[in-house]
Amino acid sequence: MLTYTFDWSIITSGQYFDWLVSGLLTTLKLSAISIVLAFILGLIIAVMRMSHNRPVRWFALAYLEFFRNTPLLVQLFFWYFGSYKILPTAVNDWLVSTNFEFAAAATALTIYTSAFIAEDIRSGVLSIPKEQMEASRSAGFSYLRSMQYIILPQAVRITIPPLVNQFLNVAKNSSLAMTIGVMEMTYQARQVESYTFKGFEAFTAATVVYLALSIIITSLVNLYNEKVLSVHKAT
Amino acid sequence: MIIFKGVHKWFKNLHVLNDINLHVTPGEVLVVCGPSGSGKSTLIRTINQLEPISEGSLIVDGMNLSDKKTDLNKLRAEVGFVFQQFNLYPHLSVISNITLAPTKIRNIPKKEAEEQAMALLTRVGLAEKRNAYPSQLSGGQQQRVAIARALAMKPRIMLFDEPTSALDPEMIGEVLSVMKDLALSGMTMIVVTHEMGFAREVAHRVAFMADGVILEEAPPEVFFLQPQHDRAKQFLRQLLTPMQSEGI
Repeated sequence: MLTYTFDWSIITSGQYFDWLVSGLLTTLKLSAISIVLAFILGLIIAVMRMSHNRPVRWFALAYLEFFRNTPLLVQLFFWYFGSYKILPTAVNDWLVSTNFEFAAAATALTIYTSAFIAEDIRSGVLSIPKEQMEASRSAGFSYLRSMQYIILPQAVRITIPPLVNQFLNVAKNSSLAMTIGVMEMTYQARQVESYTFKGFEAFTAATVVYLALSIIITSLVNLYNEKVLSVHKAT
Repeated sequence: MIIFKGVHKWFKNLHVLNDINLHVTPGEVLVVCGPSGSGKSTLIRTINQLEPISEGSLIVDGMNLSDKKTDLNKLRAEVGFVFQQFNLYPHLSVISNITLAPTKIRNIPKKEAEEQAMALLTRVGLAEKRNAYPSQLSGGQQQRVAIARALAMKPRIMLFDEPTSALDPEMIGEVLSVMKDLALSGMTMIVVTHEMGFAREVAHRVAFMADGVILEEAPPEVFFLQPQHDRAKQFLRQLLTPMQSEGI
């Protein structure tokens, strides 16, 4: 016999509602910042990975293998518990005075995700016919500017489905940030549960929020793809 | 304007260019022909260093290509290249295909670049296609846009690598007529092609290649009427009467 009495009111109003909303905003901010930075960093690493300069290429390869093949949670702990030990005191003081937990979480998410994004973009670049590079080099563009104007815009376009996956992963992985004390969605749901013992309601709220966030990200990217990128229709 | 002196090129063990000596003067139209695998495409691709040479000296528009200090991007900006497969940028409209290099490399203001692009599009007969995308154009139209794109950089030399080989027969004429106008305007051109009608009418000189060697080099009237070399005679026979030579 079910003895649990549902009380949805605690998550729709009052103090606990405010906590959940503030958790949602932190999750949004953390995800948005990490997605944008991971995309930019991923582009840079992808180009370095394909560079003709051997040390640059090797550096990118080491970066990719290192950050793809270690758990995100370990990386998160490394940035939070490890990194500040080797930084100068002045930097540390500044970090502590800001929101160090948030900065460590954003760093970990950005770097971890950038490695996956870089590999997705690289496979996109490899699928562009080499004649495109020849055409832009023939026009007088350098290798990097050919990448910038000709190759990457085409590669990113066909990389969109895997990129959406990476963006969704960022939103979902951001929940790990609670382990270092970032007061994001999961953290706040846990908090509400601790105060009210209404775990079902609290984590239902968190589940709905992540689901909605994922759907919004997918829709935004698809909309951008349709309205901005797919301007030319194949005949 | 273009001087090959003892140029060799190997792909691993394959000797694709064998002691090439060639001199192209300003305003000259040179047609390069020969059987497939003879090295014609490689030859034309060395001129803008899409293919580096292995040995010898190659001077283009006063720049020595073997010299490490030569700025290849600067050289390529002066040399227009038209590909067999057009290679337009599929993510850009026709007009953006043409204005990209002038605005980004020559730093020409966008408005001015677009005016120039429209003038070029008018010249190749495609002004109404300015906002179309490459995938919406026929092969012949794409190739004419590709020529306009190359001309937008105001090149001193134009290179054509089998510009009509990928086209349906009914589209070849429109591309050749654009090239003919260009030749008449005094452009220095090197054209790799099998279009012997074009060679006869427009070229000042024809170079015949086989197995990486330039076997003959003559004005078209001499080359077509009195080919010296057996390989050239055989090539012309096959090209002019393909069915007879197959014994059909």
